[in-house]
Amino acid sequence: MVFTGTVDLNTVTDVTLARDRSDLQKLGSTVVPFAGGSALFGEPQVHLTGLVDLMTFGWAPLTVTAEGLEIAATCLLVDLSRFPAQPGWAAHHVLYECCTYLLGSFKVWNMGTVGGNICASLPAGPMTSLTAGLDATALIWRADGTDERMPVAEFVTGNKTNRLNPGDVLRSVTIPLASLQSRVASRKIALSPLGRSGLVLLGRRGADDTFVLTVSAGTVRPVQLRYPGPPDAQTLHDDVLAIDQWFTDPHGAADWRRTVSTVLAAEILEELA
Amino acid sequence: MTFTVNGSSLEATPRAGQVLRTFLRDHEHFEVKKGCDTGDCGACSVLVDGTAVHSCVYPAYRADGHEVTTVAGLGTPENLSPVQQHFVDAAGFQCGFCTAGMVVTASALEADADAGLPSGATGGEVRDLPRMLKGNLCRCTGYRAIGDAIAGIANVVSATLPTDGTDDTDGGAPHTHGHGHGGTRGPQGGTGGPHGGTAILERPLPTTTGIRSVGRSQKAPAGSRIVSGQEPYTLDIAVPGMLHLAVLRSPHSHARIVSIDTAAARALPGVVAVLTHADVPDTLFSSARHENRTDDPDDTLILDTVVRFAGQRVAFVVAESIGIAEAACRLLDVQYDVLPANFDPARARTPGIPVLHADKDAAASRIADPATNLVAEMRGEYGSIADGLANANVTVTGTWQTQRISASALETHGTIGWIDDDGRLVLRTSSQVPFLVQKELSRILELPIDRIRVYTARVGGGFGGKQEIQTEDLVALAVLKTGRPVQYEMTRTDELTVVPCRHPMTTTVTLGATAEGRLTAIDLTVLSDTGAYGNHGPGVMYHACGESISIYNAPNKRVNAECVYTNNIPSGAFRGYGLGQVIFAVESAMDELAHRLGMNPFDLRRLNAVTPADPLVVTHVEGDDLSFAGSYGFDQCLDLAQGALERGNGVAAPTGPEWSVGEGVAAAMIATIPPRGHFAEASITLGLDGVYALNFGTAEFGNGTTTVHSQIAAEALGTVPELLRIRQSDTDAVPYDTGAFGSAGTVVAGRAVLAAATALALKLRGAAESLTGILSAEWMLEPAGLRAGDRFIPLTEIAAAGSAAAGSAAAGSAAAGSAAAGSAAADSAVADADTAAGDGIGAPTLVTITEGVAAAAPVAGGITAVGTHAGDHRSIAFNVHAFRVAVNSATGEVRILQSVQSADAGYVMNPEQCRGQIEGGVAQGIGTSMYEETIVENGIVTTGVLRSYHLPQMADVPPTEIFFAETADELGPYGAKSMSESPFNPVAPALANAIRDAVGVRPYELPLSRDRVWRLLQGADLEPLDAPALPAD
Repeated sequence: MVFTGTVDLNTVTDVTLARDRSDLQKLGSTVVPFAGGSALFGEPQVHLTGLVDLMTFGWAPLTVTAEGLEIAATCLLVDLSRFPAQPGWAAHHVLYECCTYLLGSFKVWNMGTVGGNICASLPAGPMTSLTAGLDATALIWRADGTDERMPVAEFVTGNKTNRLNPGDVLRSVTIPLASLQSRVASRKIALSPLGRSGLVLLGRRGADDTFVLTVSAGTVRPVQLRYPGPPDAQTLHDDVLAIDQWFTDPHGAADWRRTVSTVLAAEILEELA
Repeated sequence: MTFTVNGSSLEATPRAGQVLRTFLRDHEHFEVKKGCDTGDCGACSVLVDGTAVHSCVYPAYRADGHEVTTVAGLGTPENLSPVQQHFVDAAGFQCGFCTAGMVVTASALEADADAGLPSGATGGEVRDLPRMLKGNLCRCTGYRAIGDAIAGIANVVSATLPTDGTDDTDGGAPHTHGHGHGGTRGPQGGTGGPHGGTAILERPLPTTTGIRSVGRSQKAPAGSRIVSGQEPYTLDIAVPGMLHLAVLRSPHSHARIVSIDTAAARALPGVVAVLTHADVPDTLFSSARHENRTDDPDDTLILDTVVRFAGQRVAFVVAESIGIAEAACRLLDVQYDVLPANFDPARARTPGIPVLHADKDAAASRIADPATNLVAEMRGEYGSIADGLANANVTVTGTWQTQRISASALETHGTIGWIDDDGRLVLRTSSQVPFLVQKELSRILELPIDRIRVYTARVGGGFGGKQEIQTEDLVALAVLKTGRPVQYEMTRTDELTVVPCRHPMTTTVTLGATAEGRLTAIDLTVLSDTGAYGNHGPGVMYHACGESISIYNAPNKRVNAECVYTNNIPSGAFRGYGLGQVIFAVESAMDELAHRLGMNPFDLRRLNAVTPADPLVVTHVEGDDLSFAGSYGFDQCLDLAQGALERGNGVAAPTGPEWSVGEGVAAAMIATIPPRGHFAEASITLGLDGVYALNFGTAEFGNGTTTVHSQIAAEALGTVPELLRIRQSDTDAVPYDTGAFGSAGTVVAGRAVLAAATALALKLRGAAESLTGILSAEWMLEPAGLRAGDRFIPLTEIAAAGSAAAGSAAAGSAAAGSAAAGSAAADSAVADADTAAGDGIGAPTLVTITEGVAAAAPVAGGITAVGTHAGDHRSIAFNVHAFRVAVNSATGEVRILQSVQSADAGYVMNPEQCRGQIEGGVAQGIGTSMYEETIVENGIVTTGVLRSYHLPQMADVPPTEIFFAETADELGPYGAKSMSESPFNPVAPALANAIRDAVGVRPYELPLSRDRVWRLLQGADLEPLDAPALPAD
C-alpha cells in the first residue's frame, strides 16, 4: 500500500539467460528464477535485483517416457493444451480442461508455463490441480546441486508457499502412466462463468479401481481423498465436508466452497461410476 | 538488440526488468494501451511472431530478434484490415481504449482458428468466443457489438440515404436481439414547447440532397483511427524532456504525519523535486467537480498533515524516470502518529467515534456537522407517513445494502502538463470536466484562469470516475515547481484502491398500499458512506432520494437520509449518481408488495406510476424546472418489457431438480440534466477552405456525443459528418462547457451545437441572397455549397464573401466573440430567425432556442456561428428492465435466460449508438449486481487487481433485447433525451426480483454472487464455518 510500483520491474538490473545448471548459482533472496513471466511481471517485485530466465535452457516441453509424461517446468500451457493423446490415455482430456481453468486467456497460455503456475502455488493454480490430481511427481533441482523428487500434492504447502528454498528450481513434473490411463473427471466452479476458480475438483479411477479425489482452489493447498475403490456417495460427501482447509477470499466464501465441493464430488463420482 | 516492429527495424536495449508494453510505448508505439498491467484486460495485446500475448507481462528483451505486430501494423486508417473494418462497421467500440487489444486478439483468432482447442476441433474459436476473449475486457459496450464485429455484422449506415427509398433510420442492420421493434421515426410531439418555438427549426427536414444524419446509425468520426490504434488518448504523445511523478500513499487509515524526511529521496540521482504538505497551497477544495463548486464540501488539501484513509497521498516525487521516482518514494522516511479509525458508517455519529474533520468550519467547508462526521442530511415529509401507513391494507419493509464499486474505466487517470510558449500552464488530462478542472485549479493555485489551459484528447472511459481532480493538481504543482513537462499516470491498483468508489448505502424502505395496490406511503431511510472525504457525497445522497421515489404517486412520503464520514476510501460519482443504490431498495420493496398483494409487478407499477397529470414529489412538489416536456414514455416501457418477457426468447432453462426459474422487473426514472444549471457553448466556422470547423466543450469518452454533435451539425448544414473538422473538450476551443456528466452531452451541448449550426445555415443562405439577389429561402445547403434552382455557389465563395465583409464591418466580431455577447444581443433583441437572415452578409444572424441563443456573423477567415445553452429546464426519461433467470439451489449459480430493457430515449439520434449505451449500462448493471465488489478489510482495500475485482467478461453478459418507446421531447435536440446513466439503474433490482421469484427468498445485499445466493437458500440450517480469509490475489 505504501508504494506498489508500476509494471516494469525497475529494481531489476540484471537478467541471466540460463543455459547451464551452473547459471543457477546466481539465484538468491533477491535473484529469482522465472519461466514465462506472466506471474512475475504481473505484480510489483521491489525486493528483486536480478532474474534468471529458465526458458533459455531449451528443455523439451513434453516427453513421453516409459514412466508416463514428463512435463518440463518451462512447458507452455498452449503446448500442454494441444498435446496429442497417446494410446490408452483415458485421462488425456483433462490436460486441456485444466488449461481452461486458468483465469488467464489463451494469450497467457502462449507464455505461461506449467512450472510457473505450480511454483506460484496459488490455491487456484490449475496446473497444481492437474498434476496433484494425477499424482504427478515434481523434480526439484536443489541449490546444492542435488535432485529431489516429491509428489506435487506435497510440493505445494499453502497459499503461495511451496518446498522450494532460495536457489532451488522446479525442473519438471512427471505424470505416471497409470494416472494417464485412468478415467478422470474434473469440475471447476467460480463466482462467474469463466472467472478465477473457486473450486477445482479432479477425480481419478485407476485400472486397479483406486479412486482419488483431489480438491483444490477452495483449500489452501490440494487435499486428496484416496479410496481403494469408488466410495459410496455418503462416505464421499462426509469426507469432503470433513476437509478443514477451506478459506474465504474474493473468489468465494469458505462455507460455499465446502458445501459446493460435495456437489461437484458427487457429480464426479457419478461420472466415474 | 534488434526488434522488428510492424515491419520496421528497431535498434534499442530495453531495461532489464522492462516489459514489452512500456518498451514499445517508449518508442512511441502509443497504439499499445495500458489497462491493467497484470495480463488480465488485454488492452496491450500484440503479436510476437504472429502469436498473441499480453505485452504488459512479456519481458521486453525476449522479443529481441523477433517480429512484433501491434494494431497499427495490421492496417492504417486509410487501409484498414478486414478485422479493423468490421469493428468500424459494427460500431464495435465506445471509448475505444480496449479496441487495439480486441482487434489484435480477433486477428489472431482469424489467423489460427483452432488455437487452444484439442486436436481435431477446428474452427471452434469463433464459436467459443466468450472463452477466447476472456482476456479482453471492455467496460463500455457490453460486448454484443464486439461479437458482431468478429462475426462481420455491420451496424452503421452512411449519411447518404439508400437510393431505393427504404427507410433505414433505426439502424439498417438486422438486429438479432430484438431491437428494431418500436424504433422511433421522428418527433411525435407538437412544435414549440412551453419555453419558445424552436422545434420548427429542429425537425429533420425533408432532404433534397439524399443526405440524412440525425436518427440514423452514423459511425463514430474517430472510428477508423481507433481500430488502427491511431487515435491518441491522454498519454499517447511524446513530450521531450518529460519528467515522471510518483506518489507515496499512506499505509494507515487515520494518522497525523509527524515528520517526513526527504533527504535520502532528494539525494537520489535523477530526482528533480520532492513535495510534501509543506510545499502545497493550504486552500481546501473538493476533488469532486460540479457546475456550482459549492455543491461539494471543501475538506481536501492537495497534501495534508493528516491522512484519513489508507492510500491517501502523503508526498510525491518528480524524477527523470518513473523508476527513479518510485525508488525515491521508497526512500521517504515518514513518521506517523497513528489515530483511531472508524470504518462503520452506522457508528460514525456515535459519541466517542473518531471525528475526521473536526478541524473544519462547518459553514466555510459546507459540512453539515463536522463534530459528528455528518457531511449532509436530507429530511422531509410530504403528507403524513403515519397516516399513510394507518390507511394501508398492506405494508412491506426491508433494509437493502449496496457494496462499493469501482468505475474502472479501461484508461486509468493520467495527466501530462507543461508550460506553453505563452508561459501558460497546459494540462492534457483524462477528464470528463476540463473546464471545471481549469476553474478549480485557478482557485487553488491562485493563477488567473487565462493562465491555465486544460484539454482532453479522447478519454478512455469515465462512468463518473473522471468527474474528479485526481491527477491534475499534482501535475500542475510539479510543472510549476520544475518548469518542465511532467506526467502522472495512475496504475490499475490506484484505480481500484484509492480512486473514489460508488457510495455504499444502507437503505430502509417501508411501503404502504391499499388492497387494490395503490400506494399510501413511501418511507425512505438512507445511510451513505462517503468515506474519508465528502466529494460528491451530498449530491449523490440528494439524487439517490429523488427520482427513486418521485417515480410513484403516493400521498405520503418521507425521506430521512444521512451522508457520513468514515476512514474508508472516499466514495464518488458513479453512473446513476446514487439512484442505482436506492432504486435497488425501492424496486425490491415494490416487488415484495406485488408478491404480498398477489399482483402482477408490471400492473402494480402501472397503477402507481407518476404521469404528466401528477405532481413530481419527493418530500415536496419539485420545482418547475423539471417536467415531462411532452415525452412521457413510462407506460410504453412497461408494455414493451412485459410484452417481450411474455413472448419469451426460446432459451430453455437448464433441467434438473436443483434449477428453478423466475422473472423479475424493475423501473427507473431519471432527470435528463443535473439540477441548477449546466452550460455549454459551441461554435461552427465555415472557413475559407470551405470546411466547417465544429468546436464544442464536451469530452468524448465513449458517450458518443461527438458522433451525435457531428450528426446535428451535419443535419442543419446539409452536409455529412465526415466533412466536419472537430475540435472539442479544450478550454481554448470554446469559452465554456460545464462538462460531460449527468447525462448532459446530447441534451445540453447538443442544443448549443444545433443552435450554432442553425444560425450558420441561415447566415449562409442570407449571404447567398446578398450575393445573388435570390431570396434566402430559395437556397438549399449541400455538402459543397448552396443551390437554388440551377444556381450553385461553392462554400469557399460564401466563406470568402463573409471574410471580405468582416474586413469592412466591425460588426462581425460581435457574434464570433464570447457567448456573453451573443446572450446580451439575444436578450435585447429576440430576433425572428427567418427575417434576421436577410440583413446582408455583414450583420449577425440571431437564433433563439429554448434556454439558449446563437449568433452567426462573418469573421476574418470565414463565417462563424456561436451557440450557447443553459440547460436549466430538465426533462425525464424512463427505463424498465426485466429478466428471466434460472437459479441453481446447489451452487447459487444464476443463469440469465432472457434480458430485456425498454428505454424512453425520446427521439433516438443514433439508434446503434443509443442501443450500445443501453447495452453497456446493462452490462455494467449485471457486473455490479453479480460480480463486482471492492472489498475493504479494516480500511484496506484488498481487491487491488482485476483478478480479484471481477469486471464483466464477454461470458458474463447475455444478449439484451432493447426496445425504444416512441416519444419526442420538447427540450432535447430533435426531441432526444439523455440515455447514458439511466439504463444501468433498474438492472440490479430486476435481477434480485427475478431471483426472488425463482427461489422464494428475497436478496437484500449486493452483489448477488453465487456464494451469497447459495447462502440465501441455506436458511437457519447453515452452520458458521471457522475458516481463514486469504488476501485477495
